[in-house]
Amino acid sequence: MSTPVVLYEQEYEQLKRVITRLCADANAKFVFLVDKNGQQIAAHGEMLNLDTTSLASLTAGNVAATDGLAHLIGERGFPVLSHEGERDNLHISIVATRVILVIIFDERSSLGLVRLRVKRATAEMNSIFEVIDTKVDRERDMGIALDSPFAEITEEDIDALFN
Amino acid sequence: MTFINYASREINCKIVYYGPGLGGKTTNLQYIYDSTAAQSKGKLISLATETDRTLFFDFLPLDLGTVRGFKTRFHLYTVPGQVFYDASRKLILKGVDGMVFVADSQRERMDANIEAIFNLEANLKQHGYDLMKVPYVLQLNKRDLPNVVSASDLTAELNRKGEPVFEGVANRGVGVFDTLKAVAKQVLLELRKNGGG
Repeated sequence: MSTPVVLYEQEYEQLKRVITRLCADANAKFVFLVDKNGQQIAAHGEMLNLDTTSLASLTAGNVAATDGLAHLIGERGFPVLSHEGERDNLHISIVATRVILVIIFDERSSLGLVRLRVKRATAEMNSIFEVIDTKVDRERDMGIALDSPFAEITEEDIDALFN
Repeated sequence: MTFINYASREINCKIVYYGPGLGGKTTNLQYIYDSTAAQSKGKLISLATETDRTLFFDFLPLDLGTVRGFKTRFHLYTVPGQVFYDASRKLILKGVDGMVFVADSQRERMDANIEAIFNLEANLKQHGYDLMKVPYVLQLNKRDLPNVVSASDLTAELNRKGEPVFEGVANRGVGVFDTLKAVAKQVLLELRKNGGG
């Protein structure tokens, strides 16, 4: 089985700071980070009633399908996707090869501005994800099991979930 | 691939329901959705054709509760059963933590079951997974129909590694939660084995 993706508190706060600033700098309504398997990582913005869980899984499905299309025509992938609506628009791009950055913006911003701001934020987030990877690798090499809540889970704990 | 978020104290796991077309994968999710309390579930998303056949996937986020202070959330997906959607079926398997194979017990669907299991093994392999090592449960669905193969014959034919087998009538909920519980249990025990990292 593959290794779990891990997000620590410190890096989460750093990511949160980057997307909060990106949201302001790009005049965006909402900025959202999701991993390629559809799991939400962090979000910031003014759209309070947005169903972020569905947004995460559909975004991941969208990126997976577009990657599939890219491979069919001999491309490695389409790193940037853009959807234009009547009021709101979506800008989707890839960060650190495995994370998807989604920006929702309206007429208060523009595709050009969003692209410009995404570029800087992406570089910052790439370094944060590098730090996470290094941390996980180091702990594994040193034989330190992560402080997992599941290391001592019992069958009773699991049964209790279904009661 | 399990996602452990220490900041929000959440753990997310991905479970995929696989099987031949019209076997009851979406019905399993629909039953879970209908019988789960509103605060424990998200929206059930179905990307389906106009005739209600799954086109890309169905998706249901499910909060099971808290284990050792961590909120445990399962993301349930189905794949399209129809063979010509194989390309999209493959995409859904990416990052899977546990699998449920929903077999159609009707005699005339035996070949479709076998074809779907071989297809599952091949598609998992393309993502670098081995069915023998992935948490996996077999559900024999549609046991209420008259023309079914006996459970023992079906199990002998479809069983891959001594996985848990459940008889189901998904539209009435029979076996649905037993199946989900069995696969969830394997996924969580797998996390324990890996020490969570």
